[in-house]
Parts: sequence; structure tokens; C-alpha cells
Amino acid sequence: MSAFPRMVAHHQDLVYGLARRWTPRAADAEDIAQETFLRAYRALSGYPPERIAALHLRGWLARITLNLARNRARDGAHPTAALDEAPDRADPHDPGPERSAEQRETALLWRRLLAGLPDHYRQAVGLRHVDGLSYPEVAQALGRPLGTVKSDVHRGVRLLRKAYEAEAEMERPMTRDGDTGTAERRPATAMRLASEVSW
Amino acid sequence: MRTGRMVAPAAGRLAAARDVLAGLRTLREPAPPSLAGRVMAQLGPVDSVDSYSRMQTPLWPLLVAWGRDGITAVGRADDPAAFEAEYRSRTGRPVRLVREVPDRLTRAVEKRMRGESVPGLRVDLSGLNEFQRRVLAKTMEIPHGEVRPYAWIAEQIGHPRAQRAVGTALARNPVPFVIPCHRVVRSDGRIGRYGAGGSQSKRAVLQSEGVDPDELERLAQAGIRYIGSDTTRIACFPTCRNARRITAAHRVPFRSARDVTGAGFRACRSCRPFPTAQAA
Ligand SMILES: [Zn+2]
Repeated sequence: MSAFPRMVAHHQDLVYGLARRWTPRAADAEDIAQETFLRAYRALSGYPPERIAALHLRGWLARITLNLARNRARDGAHPTAALDEAPDRADPHDPGPERSAEQRETALLWRRLLAGLPDHYRQAVGLRHVDGLSYPEVAQALGRPLGTVKSDVHRGVRLLRKAYEAEAEMERPMTRDGDTGTAERRPATAMRLASEVSW
Repeated sequence: MRTGRMVAPAAGRLAAARDVLAGLRTLREPAPPSLAGRVMAQLGPVDSVDSYSRMQTPLWPLLVAWGRDGITAVGRADDPAAFEAEYRSRTGRPVRLVREVPDRLTRAVEKRMRGESVPGLRVDLSGLNEFQRRVLAKTMEIPHGEVRPYAWIAEQIGHPRAQRAVGTALARNPVPFVIPCHRVVRSDGRIGRYGAGGSQSKRAVLQSEGVDPDELERLAQAGIRYIGSDTTRIACFPTCRNARRITAAHRVPFRSARDVTGAGFRACRSCRPFPTAQAA
């Protein structure tokens, strides 16, 4: 299967990124990602080419990743390991050393907001909008009907928007409906909002 | 996106945060550069995955599988799924269908089917135990167009009582045609089991080699196990090439090794129909 290295290169961000949201430690995410590819490899080696061609690789890989991550979270050393746990601050991949401080803060904010969603919504929203899967791929990954995941994603996004607005509202010292003020007018607010979410 | 009631975002810092979808995209985490290398290191050389494909033969289309250590399996092409499942359970390795059997192997299988030897041909018998390997190795010695009884194999490998086990080992021969398990038959003249398609197939393969299965059965039912020549005074299995050369006028049938030696004949050194000690 000479195409396999290319497949790993192609899908490693999806698999790793998904695993990463299930575990507080980057090393665990890497283990999960590695095991996902090994399983995929073993499965694909036994498939005839037509069957491989018919596979929806991304949804299928995401499903393997999720199963491994769930099992690990259930049985492993990190029973409650999930999004909402404090990340390992020494972790070089959390949430990305190459990012600027602003990007880092933005990511932490959204990470926290996403973590606040009910499980079903969080999973569906994450797969759709973080990992960038299509709806059918999300449905395949979660083993849930297409209609269900679509509505979970929509509801989840709506909740996130509300949560974000509530957050912003709380942080606003001078409420003015329809305020179209420019960014330069409230640098302090933005700073506070961002700093508050560094958990 | 409703932004009317929201705090005006700082340019840059909160611009992404304002849009839920853009915000979620900031959570993407690229895989560490070490990941792909770790995966490939775990797999070992990727080319080591066993492959199989279809090849046409004068008898039937076959499936031929090969790995790093040579030909690993041969089977009838009518049930690829069963072939794969059987392959996995025997070797513990997956096997993948590829476009074609490499020329070198095609020629090797064709030569083996014509009864020619193929120097350097490697057959990977992993998953088989020592007894099975010895049965198969002995079977390799049977020339094209000749047959031997199960009892002969058992005798030759030093397990004279293990005829049934010999039959089972041959029925599970992973590389029929390459190792000619079809050339081993029952002492009572019946054709016996055949892993690659049952007795009817076995008859067909033997006929393709010039063996007449009906004649074998007739001889066995008449109690005739060996044919001697009254000119050379040597006795053979009926299908031995030496026996086939004996003209009708000089053929002497024998029912047992004792009869052979009793008549002053000796066993052919080519087909070794019975151990010399047994006849003495
Ligand atoms: Zn002979």
C-alpha cells in the first residue's frame, strides 16, 4: 500500500487535532493518532481497492480516532480527560507556540466556550467546524443520523454565539445599543476579555 | 452574525472571536512533525504487505499471493473473500488484491503446473507446523504425471501411522499446484480429498498431467498396488515413469511388497514403492 504515507500526511492534522481535543496531554493525542493510523492501515490492507475507493476516509478515520479517544478516556489514566480539563501548560502544542499572543487568547476563549456545550453539540460542532468535516462525514464519525448531526451543529453554534455574546456583554463597561465604535476606542476591554480566559 | 449588541471588537484581537466559525477554526491543531514518522516506523517497510492477484492457467483462473518470502498462497479464483479470510487466519497477515501477478511468479506457477522445477522459487509456509512442512516437502518430490498413496508420504517422513494427518495436511496445502498435493491419493484407489476444489478438481488436474484416475481405481480395486517388469525385475508404483514404459507383455502385477520380493523383484529406486526392510 504505497499510498499509505500520503494518506497519513493528508489526514494527520484531522486525526491528531481531533484526538487533541479529547486529551489534556499532547503526548496522549499523538499516541491516539498513531494507533488510529495503524488500525486504518491494518484494515485497509485487507480491503480490495474498490472498497478502499468507496470509503469515506475522513469520516471513517474520525470514527476510529473518536473510538480510541473515548476508550482511552474511559479506561485510561485520564478518566475525565476532555476539552474542559486544564491543559498541560508545559505542553508545546497547547494551544500552539507559533501563534501570537492574540491568537492564543482567542483560541483559549473558544476552547472554553466549546467546552461549555452539552456533549452531543460539542462533538458535532467540533467535527464540523474545527476539523472541517462535511455533515455526512460528521454523521459517519459519530454514528448518528445526518439530520441529527445537522441540527446538533446548528444548535451548538447558536449556543456558542449566545455564550460569546453574554461574555462580551459582561465585559462591556459602556453599553450603547448599536454601538459601532471602532476597535481603537476599547483596547482595555479587549485586553480584559482575553486575559480572563487564560485558565 | 448578529453584532449589533456586541461590544465592538478590537481590531485583530477579537475580530476572529466575533465570528463563531472563525473562532472555532482557531482551535485547529496541526499534528506534530514527528507523527508521520512514528506511524511509518511502526509499520516497518510498507512493501512487506502481502499481495495477491488473479492469473489464468490452462485449467482454471487462480489466485496467487506472495510476500517478502516468496509465494504464500495459491487458490481457485471463484471465492476471493474466502481466500483472503483463509489467508489472514493462517498467516495472521492481511493480503491485498493488486492488479497482476508479477511475471516472474506467473512463469514459476506455470512451470510448476507443467511439472518443471523452478530453481530459486521460494514458498513461504509460515503458519504451518513442522509436520505439515515435512509432508509438503516430501510431496514436492513426486514427479509430474505420477501419484503416491498417503501411506507413502507417512512412511517416508517417518510417521507411518499418520496417514490421516498426512491427508489433512495435504488438504490444507496453502500452495496447491506449486506443491502438487493432487499427486497424493488413497491406497484404495480413490482420489481422496483435495483442498483446491474437491475430488472432481483433483481428477481434472491429474488428467491434465496424463494420469488416468479411472485406471488407478480399477487397479486398486483389483488389489494391484505395484507393477513390475519381468525383464528388469523391478517393481514400481503404477504411475512411475518406469512402470509406464513396461509393455503389456512384460507387465507383472503385485498385491504387496512381500509378493514383489517373493518373486525375486526389487523396489524401483525412483518411485521407492516400499521400504526395502518392509519387504524383507
Ligand atoms: Zn518406479
